[in-house]
Amino acid sequence: MGLRTPLHHRHLALGAKLVDFGGWDMPLHYGSQIDEHHRVRRHAGVFDVSHMRVVDVAGPDARDFLRRLLANDVDRLKTPGKALYSVMLNPAGGVIDDLIVYLLGDSRYRLVVNCGTADKDLAWMAAEARGFAVDIRSRADLAILAVQGPEAIPLVEAVLPGAAALIDGLKPFCAASAGDVFIARTGYTGEDGVELIVPGAAVVSLWDALLDAGVSPVGLGARDTLRLEAGMNLYGNDMDENTSPLEANLGWTIAWEPAERAFIGREALEAQRAAGVPHKLVGLVMSGRGVLRAHQAVTCESAPGSGEITSGTFSPTLGHAIALARVPAAFSGTALVDIRGKAAPVTLVKPCFVRRGQAVVQPAD
Amino acid sequence: MSELPNELRYLETHEWVRNEGDGIATIGITDHAQDALGDVVFVELPEVGRVLAAGEESAVVESVKAASDIYAPVSGEVIAINEALEDAPETINNSPYGDGWFYKVRMSDPAELDELLDADGYRDVAEA
Repeated sequence: MGLRTPLHHRHLALGAKLVDFGGWDMPLHYGSQIDEHHRVRRHAGVFDVSHMRVVDVAGPDARDFLRRLLANDVDRLKTPGKALYSVMLNPAGGVIDDLIVYLLGDSRYRLVVNCGTADKDLAWMAAEARGFAVDIRSRADLAILAVQGPEAIPLVEAVLPGAAALIDGLKPFCAASAGDVFIARTGYTGEDGVELIVPGAAVVSLWDALLDAGVSPVGLGARDTLRLEAGMNLYGNDMDENTSPLEANLGWTIAWEPAERAFIGREALEAQRAAGVPHKLVGLVMSGRGVLRAHQAVTCESAPGSGEITSGTFSPTLGHAIALARVPAAFSGTALVDIRGKAAPVTLVKPCFVRRGQAVVQPAD
Repeated sequence: MSELPNELRYLETHEWVRNEGDGIATIGITDHAQDALGDVVFVELPEVGRVLAAGEESAVVESVKAASDIYAPVSGEVIAINEALEDAPETINNSPYGDGWFYKVRMSDPAELDELLDADGYRDVAEA
């Protein structure tokens, strides 16, 4: 038996198919993963993502600590509530985890890290915090719901009427607190919506209210197809400790300026950038029948070498297979994927397939 | 446990076969199999006229989760395939023993049916 969120009995009552996610028993789907995917693209869905870990970082040196720990720069967070996506690197430039950091207030930050990496992250943060006056607190007492889709915000406002004005004023990648509900206009689907962080004891009634309001429960299977359509990386699939963010389409998250900020991994990334980055993460689309899947090999007639699919799936929105693949930097145009011994033609595209319900497939650079 | 009609015979690899009489058999996958696979998105069926040997790979099912080979439970020539699955692969999820059938064969050795699992035997395998 794995770890359980406070919503475990709700998932069982809804007929969820439960699977192990990093040691947690989590809902894969409640009947049909594809139906749930469409619910999020067209209406609104709620995911229990309480297996993810909230880590609060506070203290006089919190800012300096995070400016050393993270490849993105928390100095970009000018006002409380602002959020930033960042990777946390090892000295070799490999990705320990990817996370979102919120500025809560003066010298107070909130990080949300992945479930499978949370313990490793906390050990790494504790080790790196030596010499900094900083308090790092794992908030396993908190639960997280992601409410996503074109109807998500009005439905959340209907459930939390006291916070409606506050939610209306939230810009993307910003958060605010209403009582004991932390509301962030963030997500992992390519749709509008919010992520709600609440005390574990309060999450069941919030879940019930959202379902009563017409929000559909959505499992982590659809979460994966939604994030892949949106071109968002999954830690452990699309990058890991042996992957540079420059080879994972995450160069945009590296704050190179100011040049004197010595974040962990900086030297390795600068060396790689100077030497030339050998691989890139691209999108693949396959118009023919079949499904692209992780670890299938990718070759290209116009350039030597081979690459590998890091995440692949059938795209419910597009009706054909899509993938993210790490390939030699010289790959362009079209490529072949080895699907169970058959060479299937694919097109290289920018790694973003669907945004706000619409196809956005564009040729790769 | 999922639905398991008593009149069918089964393979350990989750295919079912129905004896239609006159040497004809229909093949599909079990309710347990479709549940484990999740939403089916593509199916690759054998060509009509192909002669299959029992145990041979005869079809491929691609679901949101995985690609799975489908093995021939009995030997024989393929005489019909369920073309409706091409546009509606979800029929396999919705009706695994009915409209979600895969193909029909003219059996070359109907005695092969006797060597397959019955519902109780398959239940033991599927629940193991």
